[in-house]
Amino acid sequence: MPDRLILSNARLIDPEAGEIRPGGVILEDGLIAGFTDAAPEGAIDCRGKCLAPGIVDIGVKIGEPGERHKESYRTAGQAAAAGGVTTVVTRPDTTPVTDTPELLEFASRRAAEVAPVRVLPMAALTKGRDGREMTEIGFLRDAGAVAFTDADRPVRDPKVLLRAMQYARGLDALIIAHAQEPGLSHGACMTSGPFAAKQGLPSVSPMAERMQLERDLALVEMTGVRYHADQVTCAPGIAAIRRAKAQGLDVTAGTSVHHLTLNEFDVGDYRTFFKVKPPLRSESDRMETVQALADGVIDIVSSMHTPQDEESKRLPFEAAASGAVGLETLLPACLQLVHAGHIDLPHLFRALALNPARRLGLPVGRLAVGAPADLVLFDPDTPFILDRGTLRSKSKNTPYDGRRMQGRVLLTLAGGRVVFDRSAA
Amino acid sequence: MFPHRHLLGIEGLSPADITTLLDLAETYATANRGSTAPEPVLKGLTQINMFFEASTRTQASFELAGKRLGADVMNMAMQASSLSKGETLIDTALTLNAMHPDLIVVRHPQSGAVNLLASKVNCAVLNAGDGRHEHPTQALLDALTIRRRKGRLHRLTVAICGDIAHSRVARSNMILLGLMENRVRLVGPKTLMPSGLDQMVAETTDDMREGLKDADVVMMLRLQRERMDGGFIPSEREYYHRFGLDAEKLAYARPDAIVMHPGPMNRGVEIDGLLADDINHSVIQEQVEMGVAVRMAAMDLLARTLREARDA
Repeated sequence: MPDRLILSNARLIDPEAGEIRPGGVILEDGLIAGFTDAAPEGAIDCRGKCLAPGIVDIGVKIGEPGERHKESYRTAGQAAAAGGVTTVVTRPDTTPVTDTPELLEFASRRAAEVAPVRVLPMAALTKGRDGREMTEIGFLRDAGAVAFTDADRPVRDPKVLLRAMQYARGLDALIIAHAQEPGLSHGACMTSGPFAAKQGLPSVSPMAERMQLERDLALVEMTGVRYHADQVTCAPGIAAIRRAKAQGLDVTAGTSVHHLTLNEFDVGDYRTFFKVKPPLRSESDRMETVQALADGVIDIVSSMHTPQDEESKRLPFEAAASGAVGLETLLPACLQLVHAGHIDLPHLFRALALNPARRLGLPVGRLAVGAPADLVLFDPDTPFILDRGTLRSKSKNTPYDGRRMQGRVLLTLAGGRVVFDRSAA
Repeated sequence: MFPHRHLLGIEGLSPADITTLLDLAETYATANRGSTAPEPVLKGLTQINMFFEASTRTQASFELAGKRLGADVMNMAMQASSLSKGETLIDTALTLNAMHPDLIVVRHPQSGAVNLLASKVNCAVLNAGDGRHEHPTQALLDALTIRRRKGRLHRLTVAICGDIAHSRVARSNMILLGLMENRVRLVGPKTLMPSGLDQMVAETTDDMREGLKDADVVMMLRLQRERMDGGFIPSEREYYHRFGLDAEKLAYARPDAIVMHPGPMNRGVEIDGLLADDINHSVIQEQVEMGVAVRMAAMDLLARTLREARDA
């Protein structure tokens, strides 16, 4: 007798077909086995709410090893489940840096023990993220690394990056880059402009993003490596990606939900929960980024979940740590773009599930027979006011605290198992 | 009358607030010159000066202002104390708050730090300079000096010259002078001019001749030593040649223009030594004098708010 579950009476959000249709899903042995319009005895009644593929979130920082007081695999996993994130793709900027297969295996084992959702690790591109010597890309890939990145520390030396790209190309490995020119960005915590000038905070022009992207893209052109820019956040950066795609390079672009929904003015009176990397942009760049997502120039939206404890945020703005938690707020914040009419739900789930899964070569992210039964059931309309105290993450550094949001996750399934149920929570 | 708990910046003050403050400061300026001591309106109040960044002049000015009005003044040199022990700014603030001071005067090297501290304490906080953000009492003492010398504080052309990018004095002055409907020009090399400020005020230029043309007030800024060599400007002598104020450049301004400087001056870098001492133009000593009067007025007004809140 197979392990069988039916979710009936849902609005199915199908990112692949780009459509919303009524129906139900039959789950068997952790996979999607078929679709049905019937609602047999024992089925879970979705009451006409939205059922979509679970979110694949690339670039999640977890405090293990090194900073477990900020976030553990357990708490991050619970936060992910509550946020409809069924695949967490972790960053290697841990302490120590995840740059050896041994460390990668430790992380995978810890995750498998305690996290209710899928956790897939990324590995560092260079040893210690120092930008000098490439890591054991082959061993790391065999140990399960789905991509290679030095996270928020760009490789400064183009020769080092060139060789890492050439080597990665031979293994068909994906390189993910934080494209911000480090020299210009050094010391900056705001985007330059009238607001940063008025607040007296060191700032960097968004042109730093384009500069680094152009350099990286030239190397991509030389090597033919698979390349993903994790956060493209301004008009000049978007233009660079658009040109590279038109040229036929194997390039994708992501952005963070923060850069889609917040702008520099949100920092207001030195509110450190709004300090992120790269810094929040002007409203016109935010709108450009939203438009690039709608146009498909930006493929992927991530939370860039970065837990920080209270102490590292309760400091003057310049001295405070960067980053914001986002696993639980990713979907409701993104739904703001749907409610505002910028994109529709199937498009949103292309950016949240289908595209990241495809880029990493994962079978998830789709509503199709044979795909893993990673699903999220949500009501896009439920209004609520976010209280950061209710977040499941150990760290509560969300910029959305007190914000009116719309849309809540009701049920999350990973591999056919219910990992979050709001009615029970 | 002065509806504020703290004085964190010029931003947030109304033209009426500024006039109230300057009028009161004017009476203190008169009292300070005369032989009669002012009413000890801060008697029984404790004032703590917390300077996380070295300062002689501003700290002395605040200390004297407090003492003239009868406050018990305590100075804490913060660079040497808890910060080196790893205590955070907020913990320092809470520790101090537990001692029940009435007025805290804070200078800090990081923008926004004084706002952060003010949000954690019950007493009145005066910003004595935070990073590159604001230095409100400096802008107020400059305004008082201008008003005394020019007979008004509106429809004047004011040129602020030098290192605008790193200057909290420039920011506070820009806001205040704009609020009082003056024409503000920023003059300096592009490397020391933050991007975006030209959208806040009317004009920016890197030409002293253009910037000083018909100016009523020429305000020079201090160039920090560490910015002189190569990084922002090619050399001290080239800076002096192009941007240092001397009699020749001052001739572009109106004949009755006044010359100001927040001190301490680098003679021969941003200003000619003789010009700085020229009593026909330089009001630099009067700025220092007005500093005490303005700080007395600011603390007097905040103490009134504080007492009203406590009586209520």
